[in-house]
Amino acid sequence: MDIVLEAKDINKHFHKPKDFHVLKDISFKIFNGEFASIMGKSGSGKSTLLYILSTMDTEYTGELFLNNKLVTGLSATELSLIRNENIGFVFQFHYLLSEFSVVENVMLPAKKLARKSHQEIEHDAMQKLKMLGIESLALQKASRISGGEKQRVAIARALINNPSILMGDEPTGNLDSYNSDNVFNIFKQLKEEEGLSLLVVTHDEDFAKRTDYIIQMEDGRIVGKSSNL
Amino acid sequence: MNWPVILNIAKTHLLTKMKSTATAALGVTFGIGAYITMVSFMTGLNNMLDDLVLNQTPHIHLYNEIEPTIDQPVSLYEQFNNSVQMISSIKPKNGQKKIHNALPILNLLKQMDEVKGATAQVRAQIFYLSGSIELSGNLIGVDIMEETRLSNMRDYIIEGSPEALNTMDNGILLGSGLASKMSLRIGDRVQISTAQGAVFPLKIVGIYQSGVADIDNSQSYCNLKTVQRILGEAQNYITDINIKLNNIENAPILAKGFEKQFDVTATDINEANAQFETGTNIRNLITYAVSITLLIVAGFGIYNILNMLIYEKMKDIAILKATGFSGKDVQYIFMSQAMIIGIVGGVLGLVLGFILSVLIDGVPFKTEALPTMTTYPVDFSVMYYVIGIVFALISTFIAGWLPSIKAKHIDPVKIIRGT
Repeated sequence: MDIVLEAKDINKHFHKPKDFHVLKDISFKIFNGEFASIMGKSGSGKSTLLYILSTMDTEYTGELFLNNKLVTGLSATELSLIRNENIGFVFQFHYLLSEFSVVENVMLPAKKLARKSHQEIEHDAMQKLKMLGIESLALQKASRISGGEKQRVAIARALINNPSILMGDEPTGNLDSYNSDNVFNIFKQLKEEEGLSLLVVTHDEDFAKRTDYIIQMEDGRIVGKSSNL
Repeated sequence: MNWPVILNIAKTHLLTKMKSTATAALGVTFGIGAYITMVSFMTGLNNMLDDLVLNQTPHIHLYNEIEPTIDQPVSLYEQFNNSVQMISSIKPKNGQKKIHNALPILNLLKQMDEVKGATAQVRAQIFYLSGSIELSGNLIGVDIMEETRLSNMRDYIIEGSPEALNTMDNGILLGSGLASKMSLRIGDRVQISTAQGAVFPLKIVGIYQSGVADIDNSQSYCNLKTVQRILGEAQNYITDINIKLNNIENAPILAKGFEKQFDVTATDINEANAQFETGTNIRNLITYAVSITLLIVAGFGIYNILNMLIYEKMKDIAILKATGFSGKDVQYIFMSQAMIIGIVGGVLGLVLGFILSVLIDGVPFKTEALPTMTTYPVDFSVMYYVIGIVFALISTFIAGWLPSIKAKHIDPVKIIRGT
């Protein structure tokens, strides 16, 4: 199986307010089609790790590979192109652009990539929305829909450019159990039907247990990896 | 760079914040509108004042200054060279009013490339006779058609026409003050007498009004030949030559040259109206100072509004960056908002300025100095509109630059993690 994401000896320090070694020698791999979760207590460094893996945070030592290509040390513009093309991101708070309609929110990353015509992008966006069962909301303003719906729109947006990996930072942290379940099922379906790789940081043990395996973190180190399969 | 997406986001931001956008754009509109109005009106006034002076003053004026000879006879006598010479009651030389070789000089001047035209004049001190009253004044003999070509003398002839003088040998263009003093009208006859006592009747073919009371109360115009005849002088008797140049900037240099070349006194227009330029410059300075102040205020308005917008849109900026928009993209989103405000506000400002200028242009304004003027003078030069829009774009660019740089450097991780 191909490696989608690989971290090698990643170390990170916070310098403010005082020097703090937040990530210590993190190394792991995620293979194509895997659904992994990272768990750990607050302050264990799991979110920090995720933002490094997402290429948004560049202040670390070590090496990060995406699709076997080194991304450490690339310029900010190159990294934003990589994010645009290869990484889908889902946040705890849904973070849609509230002035735009649902379908426009979904289309935005594809428009930025500009590989397809407007019609094709719109078609893709409607298809993603249909897949997530919210195509009826397409023309609604993003500020007018419920939390669960927002999170599904955010997932559709993360998928619009057919990324190599979908990352989630507590994607169900702000949802009730019904919507959490819903989101999990969507993720599962994406893995099984589309062969998508997923990496999700979560507090939710029930959620984590249903993923392929859990990477357990404590005090900035990976302390264990338990398979659920 | 993906401009359609960037402009679409900018547009959406602007439209959802319509009030702020309108406030910012109106700031620019008023700044530019005020600039256009002020500069058009001020320049119109300046030009009017320029015309007032420039059209009545030749660029270079040649004449013979009345002065005593520098080399008095005694200094020519060698034996007195080592003595102190004292001469009392020196008188100016006789017959000096006339410019020597005036006709050849005139021909030479007319052939020069720098010279647009040169006209000969004969000035004579005369008396206007009205019953037993004698009014002193001057009579100027002119080549009237040449004068009307080179200056806007025609504007100052409020009754009659220069052509009438040209065809009438013993015609006179009487000063308006003189006409009302002596109750004379076109078609009447006026008697004048020279200092020597000879009396001539002249027919009034026009009334002349310069707007300067002193001139209108004493000065009249006749044909060159008529004045020469009145004075009993030959056709080469010419006291003044007025020169109009193609380029007024050359006046001082050429005046110096003529002085040496023709052995006459030459005054140029800058010398004659030195204080005049200063007034023009100061008015321009005030116009630009006020306009720039207005635009700086408008600029601060834009800066403020964009800054607020960026704080409001922190999360949007973070999400755009997380989904693959680069710092540059985000910067351009906010820069284009500033520029859209600048363009819309600027164009509206040009329109506002134009409307106000038209309104001012329609306000009635009469002055004796310029009989042709009926409304306030406004200068509708395209140049001011170009400067105005460039001003608007530059000031909004600077006002948008700083906030957009801030947006460019926002760290999405910090925003998303809420730290």
